[in-house]
Amino acid sequence: MSGAQSTSQRNGRRFINGVAVAALLYLFAPIFMIVLFSFNDAKGKFNIVWNGFTLKNWAKPFSQPALTDALLVSLKVAVVSTVCATLLGTMIALSLSRYKFKGSGAVSLFLVLPLTAPEIVLGSSLATLFLARGTSFGYVTVIIAHIMFQVSFVAVTLRARIRGFDWTLEQAAMDLGANPQRAFWKITFPLILPGILAAALLSFALSLDDFIITFFNSGSLLTFPLQIFGASRVAIPAQINVLATMILFGSIGLMVLGFAIESRRQRRLLGPSSKARR
Amino acid sequence: MTNPRLLERKPETLGLSVMLILSAGAVALGAGWVSGPLAIGLLVVMFASVVTIVWVALMGGLETRRALAPYGLLKPGILWLCLFFLAPLWSMLHMSLSTKKSRFDFYPTFSWHFENYVTAVTDFGPQFMRSFLYAAIATVLTMLIGYPLAYVIAFRGGKYKAVLLGLVAVPFFTSYLIRTLAWQNLLSDEGPIVGIINRVHAEQLFELLHIMDNGRLMNTPAAVIGGLTYNFLPFMILPIFVSLEKIDVRLVDAAMDLYSTASGAFRKVIFPLSLPGLFAGSLLVFIPAAGDFVNAQFLGSPNTTMIGNSIQNQFLQQNNYPVASAMSFVLMAIITASVLVYAKFMGTEELM
Repeated sequence: MSGAQSTSQRNGRRFINGVAVAALLYLFAPIFMIVLFSFNDAKGKFNIVWNGFTLKNWAKPFSQPALTDALLVSLKVAVVSTVCATLLGTMIALSLSRYKFKGSGAVSLFLVLPLTAPEIVLGSSLATLFLARGTSFGYVTVIIAHIMFQVSFVAVTLRARIRGFDWTLEQAAMDLGANPQRAFWKITFPLILPGILAAALLSFALSLDDFIITFFNSGSLLTFPLQIFGASRVAIPAQINVLATMILFGSIGLMVLGFAIESRRQRRLLGPSSKARR
Repeated sequence: MTNPRLLERKPETLGLSVMLILSAGAVALGAGWVSGPLAIGLLVVMFASVVTIVWVALMGGLETRRALAPYGLLKPGILWLCLFFLAPLWSMLHMSLSTKKSRFDFYPTFSWHFENYVTAVTDFGPQFMRSFLYAAIATVLTMLIGYPLAYVIAFRGGKYKAVLLGLVAVPFFTSYLIRTLAWQNLLSDEGPIVGIINRVHAEQLFELLHIMDNGRLMNTPAAVIGGLTYNFLPFMILPIFVSLEKIDVRLVDAAMDLYSTASGAFRKVIFPLSLPGLFAGSLLVFIPAAGDFVNAQFLGSPNTTMIGNSIQNQFLQQNNYPVASAMSFVLMAIITASVLVYAKFMGTEELM
């Protein structure tokens, strides 16, 4: 490559790297504010203007019972709906990737629809169904709504994860005398389990953070996002920032732990062969 | 007793038809097409078809069971979606053509009241226009910001690729609403961004670009669009990253060997191959952005309300379910039409 060309090339490279770094800073700007304002000595009801450093919000993170209760409600809803949705979604994903059958194309298209419809349409239409049936809004309706969007999500993400799965392994187990159930639980299931757990974890996060669909189907039940929305009109206590910071670092910790376990597992799996190569 | 043998020849057809019967039954019951004795009859038919298929599976051999298995695995999830995704769409359509007989009725009655749609489109025309305009601008902005970042991670990330992708995901571990509230801190009159703009005396420029309004960043269309751009950015970055990652780097080497310039190789090789990701990303950003009302609520003013705000307000505050349903339906119709056009170009596999 000639020198003249590489100068302009290097500038182009630098420019694109610069844009990427700026984009990352942009992604982190509000996060920085959330953490920073958890230490704000807020005056008045809204935690919007910086007013000096304090640790008092961190000393009493659970001093807002309404917030803590709402967080517990959200966790309960997310646990129940994630368990149900993971079961239903995994069955759909297995069916679509394991078998060739009539109507599979239509089913895959049908599965994508709830994910491409705007949340406000899903939320308001489900609410009209409950209104027409005279169902009272509460835990049950919120959990039904969450399972509805989580099933599609789990099915689609898990299916993408196990697309390259080698189904002949199961065949091999059966050739060696295992019955179909045994072949599935001993061979297939352990291999796709990480994928199932990853999909379940993501859909758990979706449930925990869902606002729009829940808003239409909750009645007087307050989940964590609904509590924040309600609070944002009257008062924003700094404890919101404290809890958000805790959740943030908790999930980063979980992610790092996941990375560590995964890489250890891979090292263990690759260990003997890499030694043999040496 | 000739029946089972006949069925055994076509277990796949049986499985498919039972699934269709159950799905149609679930939608019919959920949407309230049938009631009273008819509903009981339908339940009996659905129950009988389940009994039949279980019986055929038990009687038949391994082959029959193998042919029936996929339908069995699908059924619970698909029925859930029929009951709580398809049936609600029908009840929303029903609701959008209903009207309250008197002012004191809580629940509207069905009356082919097409005026609801006229109201939805005429009274809330500006909100519809704003929704699609803001969502479109936000989609373009996420492309401009997300593409370089995805490009750098995919081609220059090296061994830090996973860490960089993790960094993109980290901000989204905090709640959506809290992130949007944090933009209030950033954009407020006393906040850092207004401070910097004032210090470098760029107010005039920002006013000229219609980003600032009377020296304020909050409560402007720009603030709402900025919030939408921020909140849906990862949905653009990840699909672009996936499609860039699939590209064989040797194709670029080949282009260079054939005397292409670096920018030529990008335009002719990399960019066309990343189009599926760009298309998928634009759908994943545009659709939720068009229906969003959180950003307009937290960062906007009464002059920047989007259709989501109006639907939410009509439905939950005014209890005007018919007009709110009509608005939801118009929103869905417009979005579905554009998704189908897109899907035709790329196929459903590429959507996610």
